[in-house]
Amino acid sequence: MAKKSVCLYFQVHQPARLRLYRFFDIGKDSHYYDDFANRTILRRIAQRCYLPMNALLLEEIRRNPGFKVSFSITGTVLEQFERYAPEVIDSFRALAETGRVEFLCETYYHSLASLASQAEFVHQVEKHRSKISELFGVVPTVFRNTELIYSNAIGEQVYALGFKAMLTEGARHILGWKSPNFVYSCETKPRLKLLLRNWGLSDDIAFRFSDRSWDQWPLTAEKFIGRMKENAAEDEIVNLFMDYETFGEHQNAASGIFEFMQALPGMVINDGTFEFVTPSEAVKKHKAVASLDVPDAISWADEERDVTAWLGNELQQEAFNKVYAMTEKLSIVNDPVLWSDFGHLQESDHFYYMCTKFFSDGEVHKYFNPYDTPYEAFINYMNVISDFQIRLDEQRAALDVKEEAIKEATAAPAAVKKKAVKKK
Amino acid sequence: MRVLMFGWEFPPHIAGGLGTACEGIVKGLAYNGVETIFVMPSASGDEDQSCTRIINASDVPVDTVSTSVDEFLDRVKFVHIGTNMVPYADPEEFSRLVEEDRLRQVKDFSVSYGQKYKFSGKYGANLMEEVARYAMVGGTIALRHKDEFDVIHAHDWLTYYAGIAAKELTGKPLVVHVHATSYDRGSVDNIDTRVLAIETRGMQIADRVVTVSDLTRNIVINRYHIDPAKVVTVHNAVDFSGRENIEVSRGVREKTVTFLGRITFQKGPEYFIEAAAKVLKRTKNVRFVMAGSGDMMNRSIRYVARLGISDRFHFTGFLRGADVQKMFALSDVYIMPSVSEPFGISPLEAMRTGVPSIISKQSGAAEVLKYAFKVDFWDVDAMADDIYALLHYPALSAFSAKAGYDEVNALKWNAATAKLKAVYESVLK
Repeated sequence: MAKKSVCLYFQVHQPARLRLYRFFDIGKDSHYYDDFANRTILRRIAQRCYLPMNALLLEEIRRNPGFKVSFSITGTVLEQFERYAPEVIDSFRALAETGRVEFLCETYYHSLASLASQAEFVHQVEKHRSKISELFGVVPTVFRNTELIYSNAIGEQVYALGFKAMLTEGARHILGWKSPNFVYSCETKPRLKLLLRNWGLSDDIAFRFSDRSWDQWPLTAEKFIGRMKENAAEDEIVNLFMDYETFGEHQNAASGIFEFMQALPGMVINDGTFEFVTPSEAVKKHKAVASLDVPDAISWADEERDVTAWLGNELQQEAFNKVYAMTEKLSIVNDPVLWSDFGHLQESDHFYYMCTKFFSDGEVHKYFNPYDTPYEAFINYMNVISDFQIRLDEQRAALDVKEEAIKEATAAPAAVKKKAVKKK
Repeated sequence: MRVLMFGWEFPPHIAGGLGTACEGIVKGLAYNGVETIFVMPSASGDEDQSCTRIINASDVPVDTVSTSVDEFLDRVKFVHIGTNMVPYADPEEFSRLVEEDRLRQVKDFSVSYGQKYKFSGKYGANLMEEVARYAMVGGTIALRHKDEFDVIHAHDWLTYYAGIAAKELTGKPLVVHVHATSYDRGSVDNIDTRVLAIETRGMQIADRVVTVSDLTRNIVINRYHIDPAKVVTVHNAVDFSGRENIEVSRGVREKTVTFLGRITFQKGPEYFIEAAAKVLKRTKNVRFVMAGSGDMMNRSIRYVARLGISDRFHFTGFLRGADVQKMFALSDVYIMPSVSEPFGISPLEAMRTGVPSIISKQSGAAEVLKYAFKVDFWDVDAMADDIYALLHYPALSAFSAKAGYDEVNALKWNAATAKLKAVYESVLK
């Protein structure tokens, strides 16, 4: 019997956090980012997670010929690496050179563009695809949308962009009785294959690993393989998708997470039930067992597994509408500096900070939130948007003046002639 | 003429408008030849004492009467107030808690008997306790300076018990000054009955009640049922001496319409938002700013978001010191849509900065300001009309800026306190 598959994918992202941007700054100061916080946090996570974990994975890949992983690294965090911790890029490059690490494509700015504007979505996907191939020398063929957001419509767009597979959440309300441990396909574009996150097993590592009140604590590699076998007894593939910051940041080094990850690859291979695959290998190896109909967007966030963490309340919807209302004007102005700010302002994190779901998931939201309240997040964001609008309008107006100047210039000779005639 | 005055705060360390008004009053009284001793719970030492003598209640040991604390409490007849709200306790449990608390506090009084009590002088959780202790210290101070004053003057409910104690212990006449009432602080069904009781008691015992506007005078007469004959209006004034016009550079090109104050029910923030939405339908060349904080702030933010105008409607949060002046200087129109405002000093500040102001007819300031635009707080159409007019007709805004500037400069405490002096004289007859 063929071996079952296990697919590891890690998400790497850090937002461009905004500085305290007051009403008095509007129209005066167009630097929006909290460089100090961004630098400090990035350097801290690089030391605690990215560098040690990359080293660990590199070592395990060298030791175990069958070990493979995949990453999706946002453009925003890549920019921060280049600026604050270039050694992290080098360590990812070393992983890429083993040939057993796959890099996925996503929106460059970790944005919600897939829900707003097709043109902007395509732009960001292309931008990310070229950034990844430029840095790591491979062109991604599998797509992963921000926060695993997926719907039929998004699937169609992704397929049109030339991807053969996409990752999303094994959301219970979509799957019903079905198991996430198979490959599925898009309802409307059946040639786009879907890999679904096994949230139970993924969260064993990402959320519960150091939870001492959990009956499975402490989680060992052996125990985890047992759980995988049990979970996928009749199935084909286990998809373990999680934030890369799980290792050393959300679960700290003292929890034993690094030892766990060191033991897992060798043990899975020796056990022989599973083999490691990358997402593109998975969709080659396994046939789609059925299509999945997802009319409304799903994601991997919160209990609801929908997009309400970013667009659930009126503050978020207002901010979202205001920012995407500018796309048309931006494409007319077409200024690289404005494009860059516009991209960073689209990061889903800004909307996440405005979330008012304070109950089951409020704690998680709070953990990642630089603001005391969603209202502060909203005010700060809208102040920045207001300044951005002013810059955009100024450039738009300047463009009109230019066009007029050109018109006048072309019309000028005729006018001069007329005058000359009159004078005579 | 000499006055023993009880206040709660005095510049430079102030939380609200009360301290500023008190400073204006003592300076004005000094100009009118009235000497004042100003008692406050917690003085910092950097108050301007050129016009008054400040007594810091925190420095005064309570050694008043030779009788016991219980007798003292009885003498000034104050109901001891439970300071801690205990939600979700059943009535029996609550009465037990209150009783325990009472015993503990009476004991505390005995312990601190003959000692100083360090007041915070703030508006914190133990406010009620501070108010009660202030009464004891106030009585002591009144006795000690018995021969140095003719009239007692107490500002707002926080100091009424102190005023009552002083009156009971010295037999001198008491004037209470109403800067705000419970009916201005919350909606009718949301009133702190403990505060209401103190206010009522103070006004009943006082020989004269001074109100900052006719609006407040009517509340005192109709809601507190005080004899109209003893209620006198003395409108507030404003002291702009030492004020320099600050220069600011504008970041935004659009005209700015500003609301500045606590964002609470009383200030009518939602009417401002509705008016803003109406104006924005006509013109995009304007920004609205709501400066301040308060319990209605989050609701206001959500409302603005729902109306889809948050790229033109900004919140600054609480502003302090120079930022307040800066905000006025950045404004083209000032608006105070208060549902109920005893006086409202902020439009005067705006007009002094040359900013035309729109104020609600339900504010005391509307009684004295001829050159402010007056609308009913609920009339958002009229509000929108006025905003639009001030933004688009330069002749109108230039005229009202100039006239308003002159008008508020003429509102002097010297004139207001002359009326106050007459009130003192009337109780001494």
